[in-house]
Amino acid sequence: MKSIILTTATRIIVALLLVFSVYMLLRGHNEPGGGFIGGLIGASGFVLYAIANGTSEARRALRAAPEQIAAVGLGVAALSGLVPGLFGNAAFAGKWLFLGATPDSKGFPISNIIAFDIGVYLVVLGAILTLVFALEEEI
Amino acid sequence: MADHAPHPSQGWTAAGYVPPVIAAALFVIFLQALPTIAGGGTLRYGFSWVPSLSVDLSFFIDGLSLTFALLISGIGVMVMLFSGSYLKGHPQHGRFSLYLVSFMLAMLGLVLSDNMLGLFVFWELTTITSYLLIGFSHASENSRRAALQALFVTGFGGLAMLAGFLIIAGITGTMELSELRGMGDILRENSMYGGILVLILLGAFTKSAQVPFHFWLPNAMAAPTPVSAYLHSATMVKGGVYLLARMHPTLSGTDAWLWSLTIFGAVTAVFASIMAIKQTDLKQTLAYTTLMALGTLVLFLASPNPYAITAVATFLVVHSLYKAALFLVIGCVDHATGTRDARRLGGLMRQMPVTTVAAGLAALSMAGVPPFIGFIGKELLYKGGLESPNAGPILIAATLAASALMFAAAGIVALRPFWGSADRMPDPGRPITEAPWPMLVGPVLLSVLGLLFGLAPHMLEVNVTTPLVAALLGDPAKAKHLHLWAGVNAALILSLITFALGILLYLLHTRLRDALEAAGDRLFTFDGLWDGFLARLGRFARWQGGLIQSGILNRYLTTVFIVIALGLASAMIHARMGPGPIAVPKPEFKHLVVFALTFAGTALTIITTSRIAAIAGLGVVGIGVALIFIVFSAPDVAITQLLVEMLVVVLFSVAALRLPVLPRRSAPRERVFHGIIAATVGTLVTLTLLGVVSEPIDRRLSDFFEIASYPDAYGRNIVNVILVDFRAFDTFGEVSVVAVAALAALALLRQRGKGGRS
Repeated sequence: MKSIILTTATRIIVALLLVFSVYMLLRGHNEPGGGFIGGLIGASGFVLYAIANGTSEARRALRAAPEQIAAVGLGVAALSGLVPGLFGNAAFAGKWLFLGATPDSKGFPISNIIAFDIGVYLVVLGAILTLVFALEEEI
Repeated sequence: MADHAPHPSQGWTAAGYVPPVIAAALFVIFLQALPTIAGGGTLRYGFSWVPSLSVDLSFFIDGLSLTFALLISGIGVMVMLFSGSYLKGHPQHGRFSLYLVSFMLAMLGLVLSDNMLGLFVFWELTTITSYLLIGFSHASENSRRAALQALFVTGFGGLAMLAGFLIIAGITGTMELSELRGMGDILRENSMYGGILVLILLGAFTKSAQVPFHFWLPNAMAAPTPVSAYLHSATMVKGGVYLLARMHPTLSGTDAWLWSLTIFGAVTAVFASIMAIKQTDLKQTLAYTTLMALGTLVLFLASPNPYAITAVATFLVVHSLYKAALFLVIGCVDHATGTRDARRLGGLMRQMPVTTVAAGLAALSMAGVPPFIGFIGKELLYKGGLESPNAGPILIAATLAASALMFAAAGIVALRPFWGSADRMPDPGRPITEAPWPMLVGPVLLSVLGLLFGLAPHMLEVNVTTPLVAALLGDPAKAKHLHLWAGVNAALILSLITFALGILLYLLHTRLRDALEAAGDRLFTFDGLWDGFLARLGRFARWQGGLIQSGILNRYLTTVFIVIALGLASAMIHARMGPGPIAVPKPEFKHLVVFALTFAGTALTIITTSRIAAIAGLGVVGIGVALIFIVFSAPDVAITQLLVEMLVVVLFSVAALRLPVLPRRSAPRERVFHGIIAATVGTLVTLTLLGVVSEPIDRRLSDFFEIASYPDAYGRNIVNVILVDFRAFDTFGEVSVVAVAALAALALLRQRGKGGRS
């Protein structure tokens, strides 16, 4: 079943969903959002795409196999958890760096925390798409 | 018959020369401890491993452990040299070498470990490596069965032993074997002594293959010959003997110890010697003589008599030397001729002179002929039997029977293949030649050592037997001397009787074999019992699986919800939650809207007959729940709930819409039953929630997170800060579960897609 309306609308909606998912991921530390939610939104985008265009199209759009994305995400999360060990901290402790900090402004913050959240994002995205695609294809 | 086809000769690879180098290095290291130990000292090294469970990697070297360590590493050099040549060019030679070296390290850990839990870990490691080595020819069903059987039997014993260790540690408060030595009286007087003894003996008897746990050892001969020589004669199967020796100062000295070891040891020794005569495969003959030796060692550990213990110490070394040599000889013969059948081999003396000499020397030691060390060993066994007050006659009778049969077995293994007639030899299709030198070093060296120690028993006495006896009896002065000529005494007369009987048995052995063969068919076999046990276990598992796993989703869910209801009800009763005054807050308009939406969704799901409508109804309920989170200002949870709900609807539709249309609704009786369960669970959950809310909420954690979130973690969204910073390790665990679950589901779905029914 292919709906021309759904296919057309999907193009715009999926793009918006994906941008929105990254937005939700990045703002998560201070506002509602984060890796879990971002990953769910991103997965919803691809699920919608799969419903409209079929899983083979969705797989092509995703470029990498979803199970690989999940595995990479797990690796990123694990690595970011191990980084504090290099500074003598406990694993998964938060380490922050404020780039260009001045007395007036705290500068641009980066930390292993955001890397961890990106890992979570990738695991959630990859795991859900693994399930949905497999279900769509095999049943 | 050959378990190994010869391969085109190639150069030596790392898999060939690395293992003997490792073994040789270890042997040299252990040799350096020899002067200290021979001088009456002990050594101890250790560091903490899991201090909270008092598991330490501590190593203790005394006469007992050093003797074992020298045997393991020394014979290891020979066996590894041998297998480097024996398996040269085998596609899995590297894997074999890895297993063999791993085994050696595990075995060394076993005999050197001072901590009981450390000993257990190494014990199980030897079991696992033995499993891998027996099943090395994994394409053969026979090998796989033998490997699994050995794993199960010795693994079971290992667990029993662990339980015994834990009880000992509970009573004495120490895990260190070196500290236990002085605590024998505490254990012997404890009411748990009987239990400890049974558990420890189960461990020792399964590992050292005592009747009725012996059946795995002859089957283990499915392994390549170097493995049989190393694990299943010289080292691993002596693990049980080692355990008994190690526990000797702590547990021996009671009637229970004396009689259990005497009976099991004697039965094993005699049974195995008779079975050895019955075999036609030379490797099987040797396997049963190994059983006989193990039985004898157990038998003599029963007694606290210094002669008996000295006999154990001597015979332990004697047996390892000649048995490893003979196994390697059989390996050479098999390698050259392609058969190990005693009825067909003959006349190899001319083609394989070096092997013949090695076989002859080793067999003479095995037969207990002077001036070989085997003679001294046998004399000491008789002396030990004569000196033991209680079980003496059993010891002498069992030793006499076993030694005479052993004499005959030595003849079968070493005389017939080399001196007998070559008429029935199968044609191997190539000229029979001597094995290459790395295969000959082991048999020659080991059998020559048997002669050397016999001529100079003092060497063995000072370095090995006296320290070993001291380790068991606590006093080097109790060790007896090793003499080649101890004058005309009862032991010597018994030896002469042994020789006479042995020669008679050898001459009659073909007739005996036929008689045993005829009788054997009518007797039950332990192997058959084992198969029956496994089959029954399988049937029980199937019955139990069918009972618990009905495969009907309806029943699973019913079970889950009934358990939830029971759990909640019992929790409420336990907390004495009465139906007291429940403060129902005055509902606002938005609350009523959420309630109406959720209620409508629920009603639709229950009433509709259309599957898609039911799924949509469930989705509505989910959105209602998300709205509840929004109303009570938990946006993060609400967003997650909404997204998850959406994805669940999609997933559910994908799966459910492809199911066949239900012909009719479930029966009214069933619906009523389900309705009752649903109403009960709902009521109980509501009551629980009201009860929880009516208590003051402990806000300590929430307060901490609210205060610490921004200053410590630079984040204002507390939920996210908790997820990625304060509780990041939990989150990592959760995402791992998510990833693994997805992969598992993928594997299951793919399997179905391929047509395999799961």
